[in-house]
Amino acid sequence: MSIRQWSVRHSLLMETIYTVVKFVFIRIHPLLDRIGYARVEKPMAFVEKRVKGFLFNCQMCGDCYLSESGMSCPMNCPKNLTNGPCGGVRDNGNCEVDAGMKCVWVEAWEGSQHMKHGKNILLVQNPVNFRIQGSSSWLRMTKKAVNLTSAKEAV
Amino acid sequence: MKFVDEPVPGKPLPILPGHSSAGRLERILRAGKFAVTAELSPPDSADPEDVYRRAHIFDGYVDAINATDGSGANCHMSSVGICAILTQIGYALIMQLSCRDRNRIAIQGDILGAAAMGVNSLLCLTGDSVQVGDHSEAKPVFDLDSMSLLNTARTMRDEQRFLSGRKLTSPPRLFLGAAANPFSPPFSFRPHRLAKKIMAGAQFIQTQYCYDIDRFKEYMKQVRDLGLDEKCFILAGVGPIASANAGLWIRENIPGIHIPDSIINRLSRAEKQKAEGRKICIELIQEIKEIPGVHGIHVMAYRQEESVAEIIESSKVLGDRVPWSPKREDVKAHFDQKEDLPAFYKRQKPDASLEWK
Repeated sequence: MSIRQWSVRHSLLMETIYTVVKFVFIRIHPLLDRIGYARVEKPMAFVEKRVKGFLFNCQMCGDCYLSESGMSCPMNCPKNLTNGPCGGVRDNGNCEVDAGMKCVWVEAWEGSQHMKHGKNILLVQNPVNFRIQGSSSWLRMTKKAVNLTSAKEAV
Repeated sequence: MKFVDEPVPGKPLPILPGHSSAGRLERILRAGKFAVTAELSPPDSADPEDVYRRAHIFDGYVDAINATDGSGANCHMSSVGICAILTQIGYALIMQLSCRDRNRIAIQGDILGAAAMGVNSLLCLTGDSVQVGDHSEAKPVFDLDSMSLLNTARTMRDEQRFLSGRKLTSPPRLFLGAAANPFSPPFSFRPHRLAKKIMAGAQFIQTQYCYDIDRFKEYMKQVRDLGLDEKCFILAGVGPIASANAGLWIRENIPGIHIPDSIINRLSRAEKQKAEGRKICIELIQEIKEIPGVHGIHVMAYRQEESVAEIIESSKVLGDRVPWSPKREDVKAHFDQKEDLPAFYKRQKPDASLEWK
């Protein structure tokens, strides 16, 4: 079993860790803001690539889908599908392209069943934004979350 | 059923209230009729006559023709080309559009082009991966997937804009479709994936070949429980298998097509396997028609296209309805003069002399 598959099997743990990481990032936002997001970008992308690459075989698409895909990275799908399995999944649940690999979305569906917010797998995802490929999704997520909170406070 | 305003080749029908396209397929489905569509096998040639001939054998039996887009990742005449040729003479086309070979710039351009030349229905597909086809060294694109393709087409139609936000001066009036495969795992996810497709814009669904009728019934039950059969029209995929060996080959080599042993065994026991394959297909159609929530069939008779008319005729799914085809009125007039002919003759293929050229 690869580490990627181990992470999917422990999707609830991964989800919990992600929630904690997200909380920490939002807390250190003032610091990140003072240093400047642009300046943090490169080192953060370096760290994120190693950590998520190890755990999920992350391809650094920059627009992380893990929370909506049962912690199974859809960029490992030969068709890069971001919305669920294609019609070619074999009877044993393996990929139509690579007969020796379990379908990324079969794993995603199993992973999502153990997660607290697993239902997010039912949301329709936007296509991958190729302009942000290679950039840190953690920083993007932090900026987005902070902007949302401040927008709410403004109201 | 006959329209008051019969189609004039090259001219769109008016769009009825509540319809999103001017297409006859949408009209048939919304009128509550059991629809029949068929897949045209695209030629490996640059001769338009080949396209006319392949469309012509469906005349009088189908409500719309699917123009495939490099299905199985094999190279053939493009779906855009086939639609351009056939819409000119009034055929109702379902243009298949796959994400394998084009990025979002090309796809949106093709959607506009298709609508402009009179395509009314669009089937949004992810597409087979290049590895299964005859150009396995090609670069797979997959910029979008079937879901974001549906969303893109719907955005263009309903919001009159490209994905970039740039305005369209005239939106593509399309009836949007998607594929579904109830026979591929994870089975519990499949109905939810259909729900996602509907959320992304799918109005009709054409399924993978239905040979495992029990699995399909189970799937349709889940679909009805989610109320999805009321949010889209479902056309079940059917097709004849040429022989037991062909069935085994398909099962081994084409991922996603599930053929139960019972069907293979029945074929291998039969004396005339090809005829038995068609008989099985007819029986499946009749059984599928009775499943609640199924609104039509989609016949994919690969390399047996000449059998489609016979299969639809024998299954009697059309009732007394004769779908429009070029020169339908001439054919009808021809038979009306010979009143002594038995009724079923009126539904049979016209004389060769009457064939559309």
